[in-house]
Amino acid sequence: MISSLIMYVFLFCSLYFEVFLLITYLEKRKTMGTEYLEMEEKNWPTTTIIVPCFNESTTVITTVNSILDLNYPKDKFKIMVIDDGSTDDTRKTLEIFKENPQIQIHHKENGGKYTALNFGIENSDSDLIGCLDADSFADKDALKNMIPYFENKNIMAVVPAIKVFRPKNLLQKIQNIEYGWGVLVRKILSYLNALHVTPGPFTIFRRKIFENIGKYKHAHQTEDLEMALRMQKHNYKIANSHRSFVFTVTPDTLKTLYKQRLRWTFGFLKNIIDYKHLLLNKKYGNLGILILPFTVISIFSALYFVTNFVILNTNIIIRQIMKIKMVGISLDEIHFDWFYLNTSLIFIISIFILLITLTLILISRKLSEGNLKIKPELFYFMFFYPIIAPLWLINAVFNTIFSKTITWR
Amino acid sequence: MEIENDREKTDWLKYFYTFVITALIFATAIYISDYFSNKKITQLKTMGDKISLDILSSETQFSLLTESSCENIDDNTLSREVGQLGEKLSYTEEKIGADDLDFQNLKTYYSLLEIKDYLLMKKISEKCMDNTVFILYFYSNKGSCTDCQNEGYVLTKLHELYPQIRIYSFDYDFNIPTIETLKSMYSIENKLPALFINGKVQYGLKTIDDIKKIIPQTKIWDKEALASSTESNI
Repeated sequence: MISSLIMYVFLFCSLYFEVFLLITYLEKRKTMGTEYLEMEEKNWPTTTIIVPCFNESTTVITTVNSILDLNYPKDKFKIMVIDDGSTDDTRKTLEIFKENPQIQIHHKENGGKYTALNFGIENSDSDLIGCLDADSFADKDALKNMIPYFENKNIMAVVPAIKVFRPKNLLQKIQNIEYGWGVLVRKILSYLNALHVTPGPFTIFRRKIFENIGKYKHAHQTEDLEMALRMQKHNYKIANSHRSFVFTVTPDTLKTLYKQRLRWTFGFLKNIIDYKHLLLNKKYGNLGILILPFTVISIFSALYFVTNFVILNTNIIIRQIMKIKMVGISLDEIHFDWFYLNTSLIFIISIFILLITLTLILISRKLSEGNLKIKPELFYFMFFYPIIAPLWLINAVFNTIFSKTITWR
Repeated sequence: MEIENDREKTDWLKYFYTFVITALIFATAIYISDYFSNKKITQLKTMGDKISLDILSSETQFSLLTESSCENIDDNTLSREVGQLGEKLSYTEEKIGADDLDFQNLKTYYSLLEIKDYLLMKKISEKCMDNTVFILYFYSNKGSCTDCQNEGYVLTKLHELYPQIRIYSFDYDFNIPTIETLKSMYSIENKLPALFINGKVQYGLKTIDDIKKIIPQTKIWDKEALASSTESNI
């Protein structure tokens, strides 16, 4: 009885959150294509793109080349590559850019990504500062499309739309759907003034934000999340440019995906503890009242759903094994009778939630890919991901409770 | 330096109408689930009524036995329907819970039908001198009876192999006077699963082979089945 009640509460919260996202999208969709389209080129600010790298010899050249290809006046932007004490061929690889006046190369002792970013911030003097991880590549118009947002003096940072770089295997294709979903959610959160991550790949900041609230911190290895929460805490506005595409290399094995997500979830929970005063605080609007609390709830509800799912299916499997052990396999029993269809309340609500999820995924595909093609990985994302996600959720919650640290790689 | 707080005010009205829409979706789900549950209960009731009518028909046929032949009594359909109703009831019990009033009424009804069918078929069997075997199976849905589920699989399979065996299952913990009477008549103790076969009570999990040993008729049926399959092959 209590178990069912908890399940209904979690289902209601999930449904509420999805309905809220959908309503916000429907409210804003007409203005989505018309916001901040142009800014006169002569007014474009100077920009520095920092590329922190640690043992990225295989990808850093493509990353830097993607920045050099940006549609942006050459005299108005420069690239600062910070080699954070790489132990591979990164130093040697970077030598090909030595003669390029647009590119500055710095080598420093290894101190973690946030120290590399801070080094870049300290050594730059441009109006805008951005970062592009050495495993990510920017679309040619990514920066150009972001600039008009800075016409609004209150906007202190603009985050891009992130997509998966050339998804090859199934796991990357599933992540491609997830990132597409992220494009929509990020857009909706920006309308709610509730963006709580300024992603490493190509978020562009006004320089003065670092002067006003300080530079990056270690922040449990999720400095991009902490920076966004700090900005929100100080009521600085973060916008999203959904037409600024950035492509990132995603994990291609379950193990690397697990490690990445463990770090993200652990970092989220630890930073939320550090910024707990934002939770349920109406001073922080939608972020404090709805988005952050629901994101926390979603972690625990996912764990609860999956625990129940595993228990239920383990019971079914054990029963079937016992049955086969007792009487062998009997095929003549298989017949369809609607009576045995699951029509429980939990099942029907789950179907409604799945339908709204599917609607949001299709909208996100339209936004990120420009089409509504339904691909098989969409279903893998909806049914396979919820099963594997708890692997890192459980570990992240465990590590948070017992204050264990986790490694980057 | 902090910039002026231009954060939009929390949109309580939007929160409210999101709540209303979510509640409406929830209510729709409750309605759909309830609709199908009622449909299922109605189907069970209809099945019960049909079985009741079939039993009445068999009883009437039995009363007329002196004037008619045993061959005219067809009990196979009835047996199958009782079995199906039993399966659906145990599925419903698992899904909606044993405490549901509608379900309890149906289960009482089903238990009474089973007993009625058992008594009638026993009479018919004695009168017609056929070699039908009756098994009364007492189980419990409580966690303490881990073997009850397995015994259920064994008995279902046994009935598939030997349709001549009529199986009647009773929830030992279901407190209705008729089941209590059965329990005391055959001295069934709370050591489940319990099978009442050929006048003796067997306690604990019994496999198909165990039951075949208890029912000697199965050897005859096996021989008959072998002979008929050889015949059809020729």
